[in-house]
Amino acid sequence: MANVAVDKRALIEGERPIFNASYGKLMMWFFLVSDAFTFSAFLITYGALRFRATSMGISWANPEEVFTHAPILHELFHIEAPLVFVGLMTFILILSSVTMVLAVEAGHRRSKKEVSKWVFWTMIGGITFLSCQAYEWYHFIHGTEGGARLVEVSAMQDIPLPGIDATKQDKVKVFPVWSTKEENSESEIVGLRLSNGRLITDERVPAIWASGTPTTGGANLHVNEYGPPAFADLFFFVTGFHGSHVFSGVVLLLILLINVNKGTYERRGHYEMVEKIGLYWHFVDLVWVFVFTFFYLI
Amino acid sequence: MASAGAEQRKVIIRTAIILGAITAFEFVVAFTWRGVTESVGLQIETGRAMKDALFIILTLFKASYIVGVFMHLKDEVRRLMWTILVPFIFIVWLIIALIWEGGNWGKQTPKSTSIEHIEHLPAQQMPINVHRYGA
Repeated sequence: MANVAVDKRALIEGERPIFNASYGKLMMWFFLVSDAFTFSAFLITYGALRFRATSMGISWANPEEVFTHAPILHELFHIEAPLVFVGLMTFILILSSVTMVLAVEAGHRRSKKEVSKWVFWTMIGGITFLSCQAYEWYHFIHGTEGGARLVEVSAMQDIPLPGIDATKQDKVKVFPVWSTKEENSESEIVGLRLSNGRLITDERVPAIWASGTPTTGGANLHVNEYGPPAFADLFFFVTGFHGSHVFSGVVLLLILLINVNKGTYERRGHYEMVEKIGLYWHFVDLVWVFVFTFFYLI
Repeated sequence: MASAGAEQRKVIIRTAIILGAITAFEFVVAFTWRGVTESVGLQIETGRAMKDALFIILTLFKASYIVGVFMHLKDEVRRLMWTILVPFIFIVWLIIALIWEGGNWGKQTPKSTSIEHIEHLPAQQMPINVHRYGA
């Protein structure tokens, strides 16, 4: 990084900079450290709630059964492809990170044309990733065809539901657990999962199921077809927070692209802005590496 | 100048291949691990814990490549590197503390009489999973 022009006036200790990095780059690093703390807090919350659920005997959602949709495979061939799409998203983000670092490298050589090219492809990668995320969110919220039923607890005082106060007129969504993978003529309901995460598998299952009113499945911040509500909440918050970072990154890249093409950095004499935005973009990729592992693989 | 750039691009491409290969490997492991543990004769719980440990190690490996090579942290002066890395000792502490806590929250919840009929099944033994894996 020796050939990057450094504004020494802006550095601590003047002529002998203790960090040998420009003010802007240093502040980007400090921002990223604090942002990493926020993301860590999200993922640790996920871990703590998951361990809590396990210690209570509540079954957590299995990502392999939740994220089974992939474009084309799902729409045209009706094939379930667990984790295939999210794997693709991971590759797209890693690729966009590679094009970003190539842009930074081109910036060191002050090659305006190459910087412009690589920044453009990075931006395309980011937009593709966001589109993929939109598809995934749509299917997560929409839910599967097993559906859900709303049980009016107040009318069922004879069948107490775990974690539900029958005297408070509470309603609870009940999700079927089928004996086969999907609902069909051969499958039967072997269990019910309440929207508070509890699982019922005894002889009361048919009575509870019959008493319910059909309603939509899927997931939102209150109910979750796939497992405890906390899983859906954290899915929305973690991937949503990450997605908003990707979106900010795309906006920053767009500004960068415009400035590169206008020759702003050529006039400035250095392409350090590419490095600073590059740091941010790599950080977004880094976060996804952790989200991919802890949300989808483990 | 140009040759130095070529050298750097080679490092970038090599790192990209490593990252892609690890991700692909993780993907393969995610689908084959259960079958492998069963054929070896390991308990499902033990196999799962080993798989999780493997994923975490691979993730840290990938993270170090992204931070070290793509973000050029290993090219920065040492004191900047440590200034950025050392604060994460608090994250390590938070992970240990909250995972420990989380594992105990459930045990402290008083059991009401109305939940007697609940099966306390671990996630791996849910009926839907039984079908999915044919186990």
